[in-house]
Amino acid sequence: MTHLELPSYLEQSENVRDRFSRLKERPVILEVKGLQKEFDTPQGRVTALKDINFKTHRREFVCVIGPSGCGKSTLIRILAGLENKSSGKVLLEGQEVSGPGPDRGMVFQGYTLFPWLTVKRNVMFGLEVSGQGKYIAEDEARQWIELVGLSKFENSYPHQLSGGMKQRVAIARALANQPRILLMDEPFGALDAQTRAKMQGYLMEIWKNIDITILFITHDLDEAIYLADRILVLKAHPGEVQELIEVPVPQPRSQDQLLTPEFLATKKRLEELIHPPVEEKEMNGDHMNMVRMVPVNDEVESVF
Amino acid sequence: MASAVAQLFSVRRELNANTRIWVIIFSFILPLVVWSMISYIPFLWHPKVEITSPGDVGYFSEGMLVDREVFDSELQKIIKEDKVQPEGFPANPVYLPAPHEVAVAFYTAFTTEPKRRSEKWLHESLWDSVQVIFWGFLISSIIGVPLGIICGTYDFFSKLFEPFVEFFRYLPAPAFGALAVAILGIHSAPKIAIIFIGTFFQQVLIVANTTRKLDPSLLEAAMTLGAKRTTLLFRVVIPGIITYLYKDLRILLGWAWTYLIVAELIGTSSGITWFITQQARYKNFENVYAAIMIIGIIGLTTDLILAWIGRRLFSWEREMAKT
Repeated sequence: MTHLELPSYLEQSENVRDRFSRLKERPVILEVKGLQKEFDTPQGRVTALKDINFKTHRREFVCVIGPSGCGKSTLIRILAGLENKSSGKVLLEGQEVSGPGPDRGMVFQGYTLFPWLTVKRNVMFGLEVSGQGKYIAEDEARQWIELVGLSKFENSYPHQLSGGMKQRVAIARALANQPRILLMDEPFGALDAQTRAKMQGYLMEIWKNIDITILFITHDLDEAIYLADRILVLKAHPGEVQELIEVPVPQPRSQDQLLTPEFLATKKRLEELIHPPVEEKEMNGDHMNMVRMVPVNDEVESVF
Repeated sequence: MASAVAQLFSVRRELNANTRIWVIIFSFILPLVVWSMISYIPFLWHPKVEITSPGDVGYFSEGMLVDREVFDSELQKIIKEDKVQPEGFPANPVYLPAPHEVAVAFYTAFTTEPKRRSEKWLHESLWDSVQVIFWGFLISSIIGVPLGIICGTYDFFSKLFEPFVEFFRYLPAPAFGALAVAILGIHSAPKIAIIFIGTFFQQVLIVANTTRKLDPSLLEAAMTLGAKRTTLLFRVVIPGIITYLYKDLRILLGWAWTYLIVAELIGTSSGITWFITQQARYKNFENVYAAIMIIGIIGLTTDLILAWIGRRLFSWEREMAKT
């Protein structure tokens, strides 16, 4: 890739620049200020997240990416209210949030549909819990199921669905509550490549058509570039914001853009940030000790 | 042939449906075959001799069971003295009746009128036992299941109740027999109490453990959907564990049966235990075996019925087991 002549990822076309300036004028949905997370381990106090600051605007799609151990899951769990922060503020439309709530929908990596409820009842769950009448909830649930294209399966149980279908139901279930922001923690991580690509397409469609702001965690660079308006790149030990990249790939996106110069330039930048060419791995002893174990006069002496 | 055998014994691989049924049937036939062999093959075991004609041995009488050594030495003496020899055939002790005798007793136990007016028919005794089990288990479950769920859900209640329950479950239920009679009288109440004590403490711990096994991500998902305390308990925790809970209760019901015999000996002996002890006293051991087997059959049938009901109740679970 280094042999290709690529533009800088900072170069934006007229349209893209224009779009970003309009995006930044939209109201702020989520604001994170000086977020810090520390916890005690037998080895002493560890800082998982250090001074995280960022804003997402209405109907923006933000991806969070970073090497393993950078605390991206911890970050999204704090935003969802499933974990406590050590200090700092999380503001949702200017209001500080504490604890989990239906205003922040969440889709998990593992399958978290309730196995004892049908698809329809799963989607109705949030609506019923918030006190909606059964018939209204049922009507609304049907609409959301229709939206993710699973009407045929509304009376099926989760175990009868494929992994991709389960995650679509999970998305419908989260959206049915009409949250201000949808938090997604590597939701397609357990899916095979083809299903994953399809799901990315579905998600883009949903995002385009309804009023939802999305914060999406992934460790897949292509996925991040393909989906995001902006990418929040985290660094490990401690988890800090390394860069907030504005993706120069024009919207609306399609799979054809995967090989455009803007896409590759962004990917190159992400590669540099996430896999820096340091011998970090050898420092902590995590490396292989390879010795040549093929006889010198072997028929296939070398694989090259 | 070799591959068929290999298939029967492949590690952690399910047998095919046909073979499975035969193996299951065989699991009942196998002990029956062992029992039949001991009963019907004269040279297997048979430590006694049943006298058919006493000959000149003074204390022998027809139908009497004597040890084989005794019979042999008496026979030697008689042969030396040249008198009329006693005759007999090898027999098992009176406490091991043959399968066909038990099979007959199975039927006659129900049709034989009780010896005394005040005594009960077998089916009446059985009904008494079933009632004791039912009430003991029901009362235990009404308190134990909710308590277990609460302990498994809230650490506070877990620490408040479980240590003491853990201690108490080591106290053998029958040890409370005398106490139960003193407090509750001599009829059904103390027996129900013993079943309760035997079941309850295990039940709380098992239910609490089952509750704790619920996938925490389901709770997290529910919380992000807006579920709070009691909603979580009633809409996630309970439905999430209900199938496992049902299986626990089936196992616990089996345990309750094991306390039945001790429980029924307390106060006035009653139920199936009364029938068993009474029949043993009359040396009708085939009736004793029949009665013990009836307990087994009732236990197994109840469990199979409950399993069947469970599959109907928890339809999502049935499909899950298949995949």
